[in-house]
Amino acid sequence: MFAAFLADYEGYSWLPRSASSSAPWADGVFYLILAVCVIFFVPMMAVMVYFVVRYHARDGVHAQPTATHNTYLELAWTIVPLVVVMIIFTFGFRAYMVMITPPDGAYDINVTAYKYGWRFTYPNGVKVDKLHAPVDRPVRLIMTSTDLIHSLSIPDFRVKMDCVPGRTTYTWFEANAAGTYDLYCTEYCGALTSPDGQQRGHSDMYTHVIIHEPGKFEPWLANEADFVKNMPPSEAGERLWEMNCKQCHTNDGSAGVGPTLKGIWGAEHRFSDGSSSVVDENYLRRSIYDPNSQVRAGYLPQMPTFQGQLSEEEVGAITAYVKSLGD
Amino acid sequence: MATATRSDELSDFDRAARSGRVLNYLNHDKRIRSWVFTLDHKRVGVMFLASVVASLVLGAAFAVLVRMELMYPGLYFSRELYHRFFTLHGAVMIFLFVIPATPSAIGNFVLPLMLGAKDVAFPRLNLFSYHLYVIAAVFFVITLALGGIDTGWTFYAPYSVQTNTAVATALAGAFLLGFGSIFTGINFIVTTHTLRPKDMTWMKMPLMVWALYATSIIQVLATPVLAITLVLLVAERLLGIGVFDPAKEGDPVLYQHLFWFYSHPAVYIMILPAMGIISEVISVHSRKHIFGYTAIAWSSVAIALLGFLVWGHHMFMSSQSPLVSMIFSALTFSVAIPSAIKVFNWIATLYKGSIHLTTPMCYALIFIFLFGLGGLTGLFLGALATNVQVHDTAFVVAHFHYVMVGGALMAFIAGVHHWWPKITGKMYYEPIGRITALVIFIAFNMTYFPQFIIGAQGMPRRYADFEEQIYRPEGVPYTTVDGAEMIGDGTGIPWIREWQIISSIGGFLFVAGILTVIVYLLYSLFAGKRAPENPWGGATMEWATPSPPPYDNFEEPPTARDPYDFSNLRYDANIGGYVRYEQ
Repeated sequence: MFAAFLADYEGYSWLPRSASSSAPWADGVFYLILAVCVIFFVPMMAVMVYFVVRYHARDGVHAQPTATHNTYLELAWTIVPLVVVMIIFTFGFRAYMVMITPPDGAYDINVTAYKYGWRFTYPNGVKVDKLHAPVDRPVRLIMTSTDLIHSLSIPDFRVKMDCVPGRTTYTWFEANAAGTYDLYCTEYCGALTSPDGQQRGHSDMYTHVIIHEPGKFEPWLANEADFVKNMPPSEAGERLWEMNCKQCHTNDGSAGVGPTLKGIWGAEHRFSDGSSSVVDENYLRRSIYDPNSQVRAGYLPQMPTFQGQLSEEEVGAITAYVKSLGD
Repeated sequence: MATATRSDELSDFDRAARSGRVLNYLNHDKRIRSWVFTLDHKRVGVMFLASVVASLVLGAAFAVLVRMELMYPGLYFSRELYHRFFTLHGAVMIFLFVIPATPSAIGNFVLPLMLGAKDVAFPRLNLFSYHLYVIAAVFFVITLALGGIDTGWTFYAPYSVQTNTAVATALAGAFLLGFGSIFTGINFIVTTHTLRPKDMTWMKMPLMVWALYATSIIQVLATPVLAITLVLLVAERLLGIGVFDPAKEGDPVLYQHLFWFYSHPAVYIMILPAMGIISEVISVHSRKHIFGYTAIAWSSVAIALLGFLVWGHHMFMSSQSPLVSMIFSALTFSVAIPSAIKVFNWIATLYKGSIHLTTPMCYALIFIFLFGLGGLTGLFLGALATNVQVHDTAFVVAHFHYVMVGGALMAFIAGVHHWWPKITGKMYYEPIGRITALVIFIAFNMTYFPQFIIGAQGMPRRYADFEEQIYRPEGVPYTTVDGAEMIGDGTGIPWIREWQIISSIGGFLFVAGILTVIVYLLYSLFAGKRAPENPWGGATMEWATPSPPPYDNFEEPPTARDPYDFSNLRYDANIGGYVRYEQ
């Protein structure tokens, strides 16, 4: 297994794949600092070990009086490190400005982080839970959160920026190779538990970045845009469920953080305030746009609202899908 | 008199002490109330020592649970439990151990002795600090009983406002501890100003005193900000005042500014006293005057003051403006320089010394290695471009453990061993001290070095599980923990499985080492050799009084001398210690 692993992953390095135009900037600073660390640390430790061995207390080895300070030496080891760190600071700052300043004409994608997933919204209205982007084109991410602080991180691109509720944050990248890349949440955001113990949290906010070969991104985007129009409603509804609801609501009757969607159509649901309602189009619409106005008994008011995120047409498709899951 | 004119003459006090008839601060009054209501700084110090070590063990227990979860992919516990484990580990270690340990346990004992004084300036305030610690510890226990907290020790809003765990009781405990810290700081500042002997000028003070003084400045100026921040957070939780809630025109990032304004200086509260210990131990155990006294003294103050100007380096990714981030980055690099100066001075002190590899010296050398490495990794975090990659990853976790555990804890252990004979009147068994130090050193590196590696590769921190981060070569089929068959897509972190196993094994070994230290030190209380007045040959004033000291510290106020001049101290094998040889 180990040999197979080595064969697949050649050139182990400190850092992941250098997959964006920003990566060389960040990595240049990284290796500069690494070099400084090694150049200072190794000789320092060598000297320390040498002194400990050479001057180890034993017969005949007594402490000898030496100078207790030396202005030239002390100035040297103050000024040289100061100059070195100022160089590191300067390179770090310059590279950072490149890493956070998108070029003109960047392609904008909106990002919404929420407990516990990601939604990427494209200029033509497409919403997906994976970040699709074209290769060799600057992409700007316009980000926010609907509930608490998350952070979008794509290690292979050297991208990271917090997603703050009530604020918009920005970052950008230009991917240099098609492929699949990891995207993590890197600001601790807790977890949710359903009444029967299912949990989902910070470490589950994991998705992928899909970088398309040249010429493949626009067709993908066009196909996505039309899927609600092009597909039968319940199929479109299933796609929407996968992107927006699947994290918490299963479609097969199994337990999740939220109630399952299988077999609920037409059923009578009881709410935490004692009232109840039959599961119909109005009930589903209200659950999606104003979820905490009627919380299913036994569950906590944790569902985020999709007002502004899902259109009436999309809600209709989801309703068709839920209907298709049986009653 | 505590001095002898010939090296083979025991002082009257030592002879009397050997016969067991002498009263010292430990045995002169054995009633419980004489401890609970003591005004003796030495007893306060001992009580703090016992309490912080108990907290260390509790915090280590949570660490073991954390490393148990992270040893293998898949969830052994649950996400919610893991979130509580790492939160409680951090909160207990920081508030109940690292911040109070060296100042309140060692500093309380040693500071007045080093100044030739009978006690601190405000003995009752000192006792109150300890009582606050105990009450705060009770609040933490109540928090545990209520199911603990899951916010991370940093309590970031909005999550800490929304979660329904026992946040308010934990914050109440931290609030009380903060006041204990403030009172200790006030006490030490006034003690240093007013209780020095006439001929001990500032530049003749032991460096431990400089270190404690600089720490006290931080404690007094920074901790009130934490207190206010915690009050605001509790008010937000209980009353919904909305300062951190965007829906009410509040700002979650404001919380971070307020929190880090204290918590960055707090890390200097942790490391400055530790550096003071290292200055003492390196010098005494190599029989050599400290090199660069003035530089070390002033760098302690510089670190204390500059430490207030860098809090934004915890927030580079928080939507802080690039201009402000740039300023914080530059200032962060400047605060690295005084620390580097100290390390160079310590190594220079070893030159042409007579280096005794006693347990305190072993831990001091370990400190220089681990703190040096940890401090250098701070460069990656302080530089803006690299901060993007490593912020909120395991790299940060490795960095702060190297400096807090490899730094502050190693120095604390060195200090406990160095002053153990003075505090207890007993010698611990030296060979086991050294062996345990070696085990701890190896285990520590095993635990934390891999975290640098996986963090730089992108492994986020505070993740309950790392199954998603396992490297899956492109096109190669694999099976998930749930049994699903998937095809790899080239994502993931290489060797993360192996690093996590190594890290966990190292962690368990490290905790075993710490427990071993506690056990053999406790054992020495019963079976250790009686300690002489000056086993190591220190020239600071605490070594000019019996081990353990009498209730009022000195029979006669000692004279102030150069605290690092060992030329008049000769080793006497008959008593197993050093005596002053007046020529």
